[in-house]
Amino acid sequence: MSLPLLSLITFLPIIGVFLILLMDSKDRELIRLTSLLVSTIVFFISLPLYFNFDSHTYDMQFVEKLRWIPSFGINYYIGIDGISLFLILLATFLTPISVLASWHVTKNVKEYMIAMLTLETAMVGVFVSLDAFLFFVFWELMLIPMYLLIGIWGGPRRVYATIKFFLYTTAGSVFMFLAIIGLYFLNYRATDEYTFSLLEFYRLDLSFAVQFWLFIAFFLAFAIKVPMFPFHTWLPDAHVEAPTAGSVILAGVLLKMGTYGFIRFCLPLFPEVSYAFIPVISWMAIVGIIYGALVALVQDDLKKLVAYSSVSHLGFVMLGIFAFNIQGIEGSITQMVNHGLSTGALFLIVGMLYERRHTRMIADFGGLTKRIPVFAIFFMIVTLSSIGLPGLNGFVGEFLILVGTFKSRILYASIATSGIVLAAVYMLWMFQRVMFNEITHEENKMLKDISKRELVILIPIVFLIFWIGIYPNSLLRKMDTSVNHLLMQIGEKANIVSVAQGQKNPNQLKHNSIPKIDIVSESKQEW
Amino acid sequence: MVEHSMLNLVALILLFPILGTAVNGLVGKRLKKETVSYIACGSVGLSFFTATLVFSGLLLLPPHERLFEKQLFSWIESGSFKAAAGLQVDPLSILLTLIITGIGLLIHIYSIGYMHEDKGYHRYFCYLNLFTFSMLLLVLGNNFLLMFIGWEAVGLCSYLLIGFWFEKKSASDAAKKAFIVNRVGDFGFALGIMLIFLTFHTIDYTEVFHAASQGNFPVGSFTITMITLLLFVGATGKSAQIPLYTWLPDAMEGPTPVSALIHAATMVTAGVYMIARCNVLYMLSPLTMTVVASIGAATALFAASIGLVQNDIKRVLAYSTVSQLGYMFLACGVGAFTAGVFHLVTHAFFKALLFLGSGSVIHALSGEMDVRKMGGLRHHIPVTYKTFLIGTVAIAGIPPFAGFFSKDEILLESLTYGNLIYWSVAAVASLFTAFYMFRLLFLTFHGKSRVEHHVMEHLHESPKNMTIPLIVLAGLSSIGGFLGIPGAHVMSTFLSPVFSASGHTKVSGAEISVHHGEGNPYLMMVVSTAIALTGIFIAYQMYIKKPELPKKLAERFRFIYRVLLNKYYVDEIYTALFVNPTRKIAVFFWKCVDIQIIDGSVNGIARSIGWFSSNLRYLQTGYVRNYAFYIVVGCIFIIVLAALGK
Repeated sequence: MSLPLLSLITFLPIIGVFLILLMDSKDRELIRLTSLLVSTIVFFISLPLYFNFDSHTYDMQFVEKLRWIPSFGINYYIGIDGISLFLILLATFLTPISVLASWHVTKNVKEYMIAMLTLETAMVGVFVSLDAFLFFVFWELMLIPMYLLIGIWGGPRRVYATIKFFLYTTAGSVFMFLAIIGLYFLNYRATDEYTFSLLEFYRLDLSFAVQFWLFIAFFLAFAIKVPMFPFHTWLPDAHVEAPTAGSVILAGVLLKMGTYGFIRFCLPLFPEVSYAFIPVISWMAIVGIIYGALVALVQDDLKKLVAYSSVSHLGFVMLGIFAFNIQGIEGSITQMVNHGLSTGALFLIVGMLYERRHTRMIADFGGLTKRIPVFAIFFMIVTLSSIGLPGLNGFVGEFLILVGTFKSRILYASIATSGIVLAAVYMLWMFQRVMFNEITHEENKMLKDISKRELVILIPIVFLIFWIGIYPNSLLRKMDTSVNHLLMQIGEKANIVSVAQGQKNPNQLKHNSIPKIDIVSESKQEW
Repeated sequence: MVEHSMLNLVALILLFPILGTAVNGLVGKRLKKETVSYIACGSVGLSFFTATLVFSGLLLLPPHERLFEKQLFSWIESGSFKAAAGLQVDPLSILLTLIITGIGLLIHIYSIGYMHEDKGYHRYFCYLNLFTFSMLLLVLGNNFLLMFIGWEAVGLCSYLLIGFWFEKKSASDAAKKAFIVNRVGDFGFALGIMLIFLTFHTIDYTEVFHAASQGNFPVGSFTITMITLLLFVGATGKSAQIPLYTWLPDAMEGPTPVSALIHAATMVTAGVYMIARCNVLYMLSPLTMTVVASIGAATALFAASIGLVQNDIKRVLAYSTVSQLGYMFLACGVGAFTAGVFHLVTHAFFKALLFLGSGSVIHALSGEMDVRKMGGLRHHIPVTYKTFLIGTVAIAGIPPFAGFFSKDEILLESLTYGNLIYWSVAAVASLFTAFYMFRLLFLTFHGKSRVEHHVMEHLHESPKNMTIPLIVLAGLSSIGGFLGIPGAHVMSTFLSPVFSASGHTKVSGAEISVHHGEGNPYLMMVVSTAIALTGIFIAYQMYIKKPELPKKLAERFRFIYRVLLNKYYVDEIYTALFVNPTRKIAVFFWKCVDIQIIDGSVNGIARSIGWFSSNLRYLQTGYVRNYAFYIVVGCIFIIVLAALGK
């Protein structure tokens, strides 16, 4: 690989930003087309990452390493493995869709598109960084365009929402930054070398107490970002006020930075403490699942409903990560992608309704299927994907997470499964009130069915919803080796590998006994 | 060679309906109604034809070789968790495939006439084909997770079809209720699959059942009991048993052919299929078997008692379905899986017939469903009447019609291998069945006409494409019982490869075992015929001879009548117990926990920082006099400190 593919993907949007800067801000159509073109190109050049990805190694791939600030040992060090691969693809996939969904934005188009493209660079940057300092730079960089997107192009309470979002996230990041600096010095003490390289950090042998404080610091940053209950209240506000594209990116990609952080930092760096925290985090996740679903049930604003459903869905992701086994973690990664697709699509759909009626209140709709049947089909498919209907994408992730959790702790899985029932309740009730029954509002009688542009936006997502649901192995096989390696790392360091209870031979099974925890990386033989 | 070609044929059975769905779903709107119906019926017809080929291929083989599996591709694989997309053909699955595609075909044809004026014509057939595909997937899959997709997918089709006329609030409510109640059941099913995986490290039928029949698990094993109970929770949802039956009567909001296909003949029997499929596991758990039999018997009686007083023609049939499904579970619960499946088959014939018949009545009466506004229709719609009569006689259990033999076998087995309580409950339910079905028949077709005048003018017999399916089904309902006539054992011999495995688990001391009715079948026949005739006689007395009697009785036993009429107030109780509290808790979480406590403290922190800073501001006013004042205060403070320090 001679071409610096990852750098290209990361920084091409910034080149797009410079191009747009040269343009006249009155030339809106040109600006829109340019940003669409740039983000689409980025998506297409990110595809080789998937096709050329070597799923037989857990080593980082497409690695690039340059010295950046040598005096501090800071490097421009990027690369991906089977865990970050899909999140990058998710980001590059959702960006052109978001740009296309912003066609109707007329206020400061130039600045808007600059923010969108900067956001893409920051998102991809977070997922490719292997240098903790670089990671932090991208992590913070992402805040600025998002802050502006909500604060300038948002709804009536945009200032409150965007400041809340910004402060909340920064409050968490401060601790994370301290912890990164801490790791830097701990690493120096151990190896006599100044570096921020994450892979070097992985080799550190930290005492439980040190792990504990560092874990707490990272935990705060990531838990706010996910967001886990009870750190979630910035999310509904941010979503409600954000423009459609902002919500799509926020839910689709930004939230995954939190869950990704847990997998990339907390688990391999602080395995013992992470292990000790399983009950705490699992219960937070479970409360999030049920609580988010219940609160979603009684929302009368569509966007708030989807926002609270995100809290519920990301509870599943967290639960799977802390199941500490391959099904749980692979399920979580799949679920991150799925949530990005289905919740992203839900926000797009709510946005389309808003463009037509300038309201998001459920009570203002009703009976729309009669007027806009094609739109209704897409809405139905996305709703079912969000509910986790088998055959569509949502099911695969949720089911693997639950299998993984069930293997480690039956009680957790049993309670969490009830969240699936609640998901059906709030989504179908919402769908019924918006799309079914008779049309009660005069305004809804004149609605236009789905436009060509909207079709272009939704068809790729719906295609992936089916594809992942029917052939999820196309994702799972790429992540096997990396996830197994992660589990080995945890196991070796924390010395908490438990026995694989009669994995192969059911005859040796004792009945009446259900295996307790097992952190087993199930290495694959051949496939 | 035979195997190979056969397995390709099996894949075709699934392929046709999904192709039909795709074509009608994508371009159906632009096609002529005729074309749409050709595509829909043609695809199911081809499926049925292929199924008969596979069936005859299977018959050519010796019984113990009648099992084929084919792996299409690996669906979900993560670590040791493997779920394949694979198909399995054996006597049980091919039998159900024949029912699904055969009766499905008849109902598709019937729908051409029934739905011909509906604007959503192509949408209807698209859903109906999708349902056929999903149901076939449910019975033809070779592992639990594939059954689960089929299971949820038929639930989706049911949702879409119940809510087919989505502009009606009652229809969209009923659709939502069906999906959610089924989800509650699926919650148990999903956990059951996970426990199966944890216990057996596979979810493949063959491997699980093989491992279970090797004697690794003693009878009464806790794990197996949990697995079977969890799976049964799923079955109570899909097959409308206590306590999750409430969705089925409401499901009658859907078009009537849908009620016939999904909510009588096929989908609702999925739970029975599941238990029959897992007979090896169920036989290992006497506790679960007792639960299954008791729930089945209780549901049979409970639903039949509600059916006694309902006035909506479709609701009577719906409660009747719930009740008949109870019989099937009772049979499975006492280990008589063959009897359960046999009743499933005959029930599919006569209940599909009755629903389609009721559809023909409703069609003739321009949509009227209240039996109080019917009466005397037998001369106006003679074909419907005659076929409906055959269905009624079949369900009531009069020899030699289909329902007689299957119900009789269940009664016999429940006495021989269950106990007297099961038998008496089932016998009383059987009396009720005969009564409410003939009540329905008399009220609809006999006596004086109570039809409203303007409806009377449009009264007409249904077109050929509706009556021919009725006639075919009436034929099947008449002779279908001979599949399981005592002494011949056609059905039990055919199914024996599926159920024989659990026979080996027979452990001395355990009361349950697999068997084929060997008690005193002829005495039982006489008794059950007598019961049915009694029910018919009472109905005749009440609705033909003395039509004023029902009213008197209703007033005399007003309390009982009201309780029955209001379906024991179960819906109201569920609303009070589950729906309302959930909503209240949700509002509490939102308004109190989220807004006041969490956001309150977040904003509180922000405000207190703001307050602190605004007070701190007084330290830096920029006025020299203030600073001078602070210096003086500081000096005094230090001096005092120093003085005190001494």
